[in-house]
Amino acid sequence: MTADAILFFARGTGFDWALAIFVFGMLLRLFEVLSLGSKPDLSEGRGSGVQGGLKTIVTRTLPRPAIFAREPVRIINGYVFHIGFLAVLFLYEPHIELFEAKMGLSWPGLPTGIINALGVLTIFSLLLALTLRLSSPVLKFLSTGSDYLAWLVTLLPVLTGYLAYNHMLLPYTAMLAVHILSVELFMVVAPFTKLTHMFSFMLARWYQGYRAGHRGVES
Amino acid sequence: MNNDKTLGEHLRERGISRRGFMQFCAATASLMALPPSMVPAVAAALEKARRPSVIWRSFQECTGCTESLTRSHAPTVESLIFDHISLDYHHTLQAASGEAAEEARRIAMEENHGKYLLVVDGSIPQKDGGIYSTIAGITNLDMLKEVAEGAAAIIAVGTCAAYGGLPYADPNPTGAASVSDIIQDKPILNVPGCPPIPTVITGVLAHYLTFGTLPELDHLGRPKAFYGQSIHDRCYRRPFYERGLFAETFDDEGAKKGWCLFKLGCKGPTTYNACATAKWNEGTSFPIQAGHGCIGCSEPSFWDRGGFYDALSVPTDDAGNILLGAAVAGAAAGAAVGFMNRNKKDAATRAHETVTVDDLNGD
Amino acid sequence: MSHIQDIPITVLDRQGSQAQTGNVLPILNEIRYALALLVAKGTSTTIDLSAIPFAPGDREELERILGQGEVSALIDALGETRIRETDYRGVWLVSHHSPQGDNLATQIEVTRTPSLVSTPEQDIPDAVDALDDYLNSQLTQESA
Repeated sequence: MTADAILFFARGTGFDWALAIFVFGMLLRLFEVLSLGSKPDLSEGRGSGVQGGLKTIVTRTLPRPAIFAREPVRIINGYVFHIGFLAVLFLYEPHIELFEAKMGLSWPGLPTGIINALGVLTIFSLLLALTLRLSSPVLKFLSTGSDYLAWLVTLLPVLTGYLAYNHMLLPYTAMLAVHILSVELFMVVAPFTKLTHMFSFMLARWYQGYRAGHRGVES
Repeated sequence: MNNDKTLGEHLRERGISRRGFMQFCAATASLMALPPSMVPAVAAALEKARRPSVIWRSFQECTGCTESLTRSHAPTVESLIFDHISLDYHHTLQAASGEAAEEARRIAMEENHGKYLLVVDGSIPQKDGGIYSTIAGITNLDMLKEVAEGAAAIIAVGTCAAYGGLPYADPNPTGAASVSDIIQDKPILNVPGCPPIPTVITGVLAHYLTFGTLPELDHLGRPKAFYGQSIHDRCYRRPFYERGLFAETFDDEGAKKGWCLFKLGCKGPTTYNACATAKWNEGTSFPIQAGHGCIGCSEPSFWDRGGFYDALSVPTDDAGNILLGAAVAGAAAGAAVGFMNRNKKDAATRAHETVTVDDLNGD
Repeated sequence: MSHIQDIPITVLDRQGSQAQTGNVLPILNEIRYALALLVAKGTSTTIDLSAIPFAPGDREELERILGQGEVSALIDALGETRIRETDYRGVWLVSHHSPQGDNLATQIEVTRTPSLVSTPEQDIPDAVDALDDYLNSQLTQESA
């Protein structure tokens, strides 16, 4: 198969299937959790659960100082990765074009030179994250195959995207095809790993904030 | 048919001086995308070049390739090349017609068997015995096989002859095929494009004339001299791409300032041709310079590679129905699994056995 | 019959398109390098401009920067070739045209004498023979 044909598959049928599995999988996981429900809470609330939930969604964006003091490197690295990854995904003009074409939404992007640099930063932060995981005996003990798989499918799109833009490794058509296929791999794998946190983190913040707010304690 | 004179002799007979010949060689070398340092080699080769017989067959085509070639306005170089080659048969261009023309062709083919150059434009329909394109009652398929047999090499001009082109596009009702789909035992050189740049066509012919061989080809049978670079890599708007300055519509500020056309569907990054450097109409302009993205016309199946106005980063299919279907399926499956989990929990609650301290103490 | 040259062209943002692609500077650097080579080893260099992606206005910008020198030559053999030395001695602008006036190729030659200006070697013995013929014909005429 020529690179051109593979690229066409990636942009067409491949994307269709990846999107379908991604949406199906994410909704499945979400409903799985939500449909379990929780026991009816008969206690009288000391504070407001709703307020607690909403507040926590915002405040949990930053870590508690005590937690931060224990592992500053790993926590900062986490921020670097997430900001870099999300910037490259949502603020790179050709990606914005994708969202605009499929969803009708558009927003301003960053200059491509900056995106290119952020891409490199993101790749390095991922490598550091893996190093930290492997060098910490506790983390290493707790890590499963699913953790490493999630790491890999997150690294590949950023790495192949960088290689494609900078015309490295393979001729452009082939490299672009590989990049799009790596994104599709991410989409297919994500719902079945901890990457569901991309949607469930909101749910978790709300739930825990609600519970704490109801009891009138800090969350 | 005067095939014995060399090009050098031919030119001098027409009163062209050595300086004129050097001018011709400089222009021809530039045409062939050869470095200027090779002009002496080109001059030496052209001096001794003999006149090859060329037979041109047009099949299932729109005649755009022939138009492109004959509309080129650098007649000195092209006309000399064409004067010099013995164009023994061309459906559209030749003066003779009917049986007389066919007879002339048969004679040319016999006299030059194994040595003539066959140029083909248009695809070859194969469905239903190939009846969808016939000339003088003979199907294109039969004609191609017959003429190809005695050819030294075949040049497939235009995307139709090279890869099937427009007739080949989904659903391909005539069963159109490219020259290389049908002929497998002759050297084939593809000069794709819809149409190809005229200077590329003549550059290839000039190369054959000069060196007697076909130039170096890429994996799709295209001469690397003209198709070795992507449009993107030679595009003058590349600095805008690098900086992330894109035109969003065809008439916004960005478009007027000549910004990159990636978002408007330009296929420059995945298309290989000489448009960005050789340009069209003697270097006047090319689609991107005129404000329209490249449609990738020198690549196989370019008609079927998604919309011309969808950027390369945009999926080609409409995802609406897929999203809906997947969402419904996911929600349903999630609810079903949730239901099963609840049942499991209820069953566990019901099966729960209470224990007393006495049970535990073994009484 | 009207020609493409008759269609009026309005340049909307001259400053914008020219200033930003910057393909002129690399060519000038290449010319500089060729000049250094000419000084050091006497080697001539020809740069073919047809293969270089120029934005509209870049070519004119390059010619404006190079300027017009003291020498202009017109070669009228097979179509016109216009040669002129630029403000930078040793840098010549050579443009080949068809008899209809269409530009076929443009090159920059970095040399002492552009190749087309010099008389081809084989032409000189031919000229000797031609002049001999003429002089002999004059002699025979006189003696007759």
